[in-house]
Amino acid sequence: MKEQTPAPVADFTNKYPVFTPEMKATHTILIPDMLPWHFDLLVHVMEKEGYRVEVLHNEGRAVIDEGLKHVHNDTCYPALCVIGQYLDALKSGKYDPDRTAVLITQSGGGCRASNYIPLIRKAMAAEFPQVPVLSLNFSGLEKGNSLHLSVGNFVRLAYAIFYGDLIMTCFNQTKPYEKEEGSTARVRKQCVEAMKKALDGGQYKHLKKCARYILDAFAAVPVTGEKKIKVGIVGEIYVKYSPLGNSHLEDFLLSEGCEPVVPALMDFILYCVINNVNDEKLYGKGKKTAWLFTIVYKWLYGRQKKLISCMKKTRYEPLHDFEHLRRCADKVINQGVKMGEGWLIPAEMAALAETGTENIVCAQPFGCLPNHIAGKGAVRAVKQLHADVNIVPVDYDPSATRVNQENRIKLMLATARERMHAEH
Amino acid sequence: MAYYLGIDVGSTTVKACLMDDAGKILYSSYVRHFSRVRECVLQELDKIRPLAASFHVCITGSAGLGIAQRGKIPFVQEVQAAFGAIRRLYPDTDVAVELGGEDAKIIFVTGGTEQRMNGSCAGGTGAFIDQMATLLDLTVEEMDALSLKAERVYPIASRCGVFAKSDIQPLLNQGVNKADIAASIFQAVVDQTVSGLAQGRRIKGKVLFLGGPLFFLKGLRLAFKRTLGLDDEHAVFPDTAPCFMSIGAAIYAAEEKEESIEELVSRLSVLPETESIAVGEPLFADHAEYDAFVARHMRSDLAFENVLTYRGDAYLGIDSGSTTTKLMLITPDCKILYSHYQTNNGQPLDIVVQKLQEIYSLIGNRIVIRGDCVTGYGEDMMKAALKIDFGVVETMAHFKAALHFNPDVDFIIDIGGQDIKCFKVKNRAIDSIMLNEVCSSGCGSFIQTFAKAMGMEIEEFSRLGLFAKHPVELGSRCTVFMNSSVKQAQKEGASVEDISAGLSSSIVKNAIYKVIRARTPEELGEHIVVQGGTFLNDAVLRSFEKETGKEVVRPAIAGLMGAFGAALYAKENTPAEKLISTIVTEPELRAFSYTSRSITCKGCTSHCSVNILTFADGRRFISGNKCERGAGLPVRRDLPDIYNFKYEKLLSLPKTVEQPRVTVGLPVQLVMFEQLPLWVTFFETCGFSVVLSDRSSRELYFRGQHTVASDTACYPAKLMHGHIESLLDKHVDFIFYPCESYNIDEHDSVNHYNCPVVAYYPELLKANNERLNADNFIMPYLDPNSEKTTVRALHRALARWKLPSSLIRRAWRAGLDAYASFHADVVQEGRRILAEAEREGRQVIVLAGRPYHADPEINHGIGKLLNSLGIAVLSEDAVYEEGDLVKVNVLNQWTYHARLYRAAEFVTHRKNVNLVQLVSFGCGIDAITTDEVRAILESRGKLYTQIKIDEINNLGVVKIRLRSLLAAIEELGRKA
Repeated sequence: MKEQTPAPVADFTNKYPVFTPEMKATHTILIPDMLPWHFDLLVHVMEKEGYRVEVLHNEGRAVIDEGLKHVHNDTCYPALCVIGQYLDALKSGKYDPDRTAVLITQSGGGCRASNYIPLIRKAMAAEFPQVPVLSLNFSGLEKGNSLHLSVGNFVRLAYAIFYGDLIMTCFNQTKPYEKEEGSTARVRKQCVEAMKKALDGGQYKHLKKCARYILDAFAAVPVTGEKKIKVGIVGEIYVKYSPLGNSHLEDFLLSEGCEPVVPALMDFILYCVINNVNDEKLYGKGKKTAWLFTIVYKWLYGRQKKLISCMKKTRYEPLHDFEHLRRCADKVINQGVKMGEGWLIPAEMAALAETGTENIVCAQPFGCLPNHIAGKGAVRAVKQLHADVNIVPVDYDPSATRVNQENRIKLMLATARERMHAEH
Repeated sequence: MAYYLGIDVGSTTVKACLMDDAGKILYSSYVRHFSRVRECVLQELDKIRPLAASFHVCITGSAGLGIAQRGKIPFVQEVQAAFGAIRRLYPDTDVAVELGGEDAKIIFVTGGTEQRMNGSCAGGTGAFIDQMATLLDLTVEEMDALSLKAERVYPIASRCGVFAKSDIQPLLNQGVNKADIAASIFQAVVDQTVSGLAQGRRIKGKVLFLGGPLFFLKGLRLAFKRTLGLDDEHAVFPDTAPCFMSIGAAIYAAEEKEESIEELVSRLSVLPETESIAVGEPLFADHAEYDAFVARHMRSDLAFENVLTYRGDAYLGIDSGSTTTKLMLITPDCKILYSHYQTNNGQPLDIVVQKLQEIYSLIGNRIVIRGDCVTGYGEDMMKAALKIDFGVVETMAHFKAALHFNPDVDFIIDIGGQDIKCFKVKNRAIDSIMLNEVCSSGCGSFIQTFAKAMGMEIEEFSRLGLFAKHPVELGSRCTVFMNSSVKQAQKEGASVEDISAGLSSSIVKNAIYKVIRARTPEELGEHIVVQGGTFLNDAVLRSFEKETGKEVVRPAIAGLMGAFGAALYAKENTPAEKLISTIVTEPELRAFSYTSRSITCKGCTSHCSVNILTFADGRRFISGNKCERGAGLPVRRDLPDIYNFKYEKLLSLPKTVEQPRVTVGLPVQLVMFEQLPLWVTFFETCGFSVVLSDRSSRELYFRGQHTVASDTACYPAKLMHGHIESLLDKHVDFIFYPCESYNIDEHDSVNHYNCPVVAYYPELLKANNERLNADNFIMPYLDPNSEKTTVRALHRALARWKLPSSLIRRAWRAGLDAYASFHADVVQEGRRILAEAEREGRQVIVLAGRPYHADPEINHGIGKLLNSLGIAVLSEDAVYEEGDLVKVNVLNQWTYHARLYRAAEFVTHRKNVNLVQLVSFGCGIDAITTDEVRAILESRGKLYTQIKIDEINNLGVVKIRLRSLLAAIEELGRKA
């Protein structure tokens, strides 16, 4: 090791606006369209904390063009989509740039996604230098420029994610089979409203009660009972969930007569939490905080198990059990692969294959670094365990044509249909 | 009797097949649709009408999807269609390979059915072959015939058309035999299919080859058979290959209901409008606006002088570009006497010789060529062959020419056929240079190729775009992606006008946002001069003005600026006492001839493929070499090159043991590269014998290529597969390669991660190389900063050899010491080089990349190249500790990358030291570091240069980049 003589520090940083506490009252915070299933509820929690929040839904070429202008060609597609959405919205005239801030989540891992904040700041500096960029993270980054939530609202956030996951899962398992067009969507809306109310009062803590409410509501939708092909979606977190990122993949799958199977967002949260515990086990890192992560993990996992046991009593295929996901990972890849979505991707592939979802789209931004290893790189290993699994990696990029992406998915579906045929 | 009709609508062709109950084919066809899909299908139906009045129908193919959806016609995915036909017609097939216009597919029938298609970045198989034929100025048939006469095959990057082109262009310019190039192109297609698609699964047994290219091209067939080692019995090329998918579709049609041909025709005739395609604004509102635009640009022109009457001095400039050759003869007061612009079509030297003869015949005894100068890729060759007075790097030539048109110019952009160059100018000196990287090259010539494919001249094609109502948005990543976007737009009904305008705007956006990386038009400056052949296209010029919101100057000689600048350079630099140029005289020219021959240089381990031109008078010119040795010259005193120092020192680390005990193999790349001293010492202290993987080379890469899982990963990572193969072939007892999320903490950044690829590559190797298993591949998870857990992990990982923990701890400490002392040696060598360079007044360049860029197969001998330009070479790890700690705008959390920032800081304190950043293609993290390193350097008045490296070995571009940097440094020095 080298000696640690304190060298002088050269400062090359640019000034950027900070989100002051007063701005809470004056500013609207814009959020990119990342998690359509969860943001309704998450935003509700943030509003309880006193923030004014708005989720962006703008789309189209103008969004992508703004992104292309401000993001390096080799940076990942999600950065481009997010930045494009902010700038397009700010330029639309709908928001007063002097009273607007933008928010982005930050994981703080070894993937370049941790660098979205500086990239957004650079883009803002060029066009709207007065707009502050806020971080939502749990790793202590961006102190003084993060979204602050009370402990109570953190707990609310966790429940909101659980309910978002449940609504998403039930919706996906009902929608393809509904007898009356639009009936599932109505129930979804009804459930979201009910959960908002639950989050306002104290009922949100009654996990079983809330879960049963959602499960019963969806179960009441008349369905046909036919058999459809199930298609799992795994991959990089943004393109996995965001319709802007994945060219409306879920809608496409529905239009092809499939049932999309989208693993829960809570799994990603648990993955982030457990990685801190793993780091302590593997390298003795972060001894001081590991116990806290262990407690958080146990608490969240306990809730997830409850949710699963509720689901097991219904006709709905339950969420993945996270401990089971970890066991699935161990057969394919080491849990030390913790950058980006890391070991979670092959774990989800394997878990999907086990539960009868043998067709899987691995959605990734073009040139995604962790996906080289844990996405494309792990496909062969998953196939060795599950010979029948049919995985298609799809690259998302501003210049890739949609036909090209859809044609690959169609190939997977053709194989799946043939197999389903043969089984009958 | 029932009939079955299958229609396959591919990216370039329509194939139809009509079958009866017995499976007999009554009709089959293969026609190009020129993107008029619906018309083409209707014509086919017309031909079928007499044979069957009603049938069961099914469509397939990538372009058939839209038509099937909108016309409510049954559809089957094309690979599935092929699979159906294979099972019916060739049930004993093991594997089928299908190459189409845009996609490549592979179907494994036996041993676990699997169907695969190429990834998005490897697109354009058939289109690629078409493009390459255009590049060679041959028809595809001619190229095929030539390929059969090839004598040797050159390695050509097979990732995609853009990359291949950058490998082929220098070969062409070197005068390599076209037959060899043709065969090399086919080999590249085969390599791409075998490695990119099969990915480790062997293609063996009975192989069926399908699709148009494989049916029509004998050379391609041969390359496949040879590479896969198939005999005639196992390589099946069915007569039905071109229309095989349509047969498959006909088979699938049996499951659909029967309908009459009239019903089908009527549905197709009134196909509902397509889904909307993204469109932009028209370039011109009306003709008046256009006329004003033309009038404004007319003002920037040079005067002409009649070459047949003028008497006096003249200066000649030659621009020998990668795809075109330009010549210009000017008077001392800068009037044009003669100019010429021509596509190379092979040997550029022939063109210049021919044109020079023409000039001599025009000037007679009236005009004296006082001086001449050559620029461009062909500079060295022309200079040697024709005894030209001066050579100048093309960026300087372009700069000189632009200054002539606007002395206040502060921004110059040049878009040629292949390259985009941009300069910022301050105080009449170049302040920064931006050049495109491989991925975005070839945009200019893409328009030309495309116009040709549409059966139009480029002028006509671009004129069409001027008044397009709805220019389409075509994306800007690269020409392969653009090509596929264009086809997509055509199928959805975009007109030629809209596409022409869309292409112009794509090229401009690519230049502004990707090459220049401008966020706002203000960054470009006030006085902009645009040049290069592509800007002669008014649609491109207009797009540029619209996108930037500025009026710019486009000289009428935009395409000749390099030649003009070279002529200016000759004029400025010819001494007053020199009355006539040294250029070959007219009689000499008449006797001028040469022969060309290519050999592999055995001067050193680089094994450069060099080309030797021998002239009639016995002189020789050698190209393709990286150092003097290859040129047959005596080696100059070796200049200091720390890259070479590091690499050789690393490889000499392991002790040779007479009778090896247990052997451990260490692959010399990625994280193991820099940590080699650590692990060699560790294992030797533990009593193992250490074996290193082979030296890197392109051959080594090919050895491991079949296990590469993701072809867009960086070259160092992909090369790792070859290193692993080489260790397996050496039969070591085990390979050791740890996973390290964290690198060694150097206490100068927020965190000390490795990048995801460096951190976890062992996982990918284990999952994709079937020869690796838990016994012969040991990959513990380690954090080198924690002795306790590392010793524990190593103890577990090496449990088989029952080493005591105490020994492991001792070995680990010895390893860390060795690592530190190796690093100290590098730092010391760095100091020595600096001191020596300062003493000698020599320029030094810090080649800043990653430690593993020191591998000569990764950096392609850029150190040597710099040495040959008289520059001493340092690396980032030798100097970063001398720089201050830095605070940067981005999250500074990777060990290797943190060094870049400090190395840049260091450079800003030294007058004779500059920094060139080496970036691997596909490195996502460098997308973040490059902007930051540039900002550090430029904030303190230093120039920034970036070199992207990959498997392609085209140092021509790199050389221009480095020489431009040196020329700019020199100018800045002179001004200061």
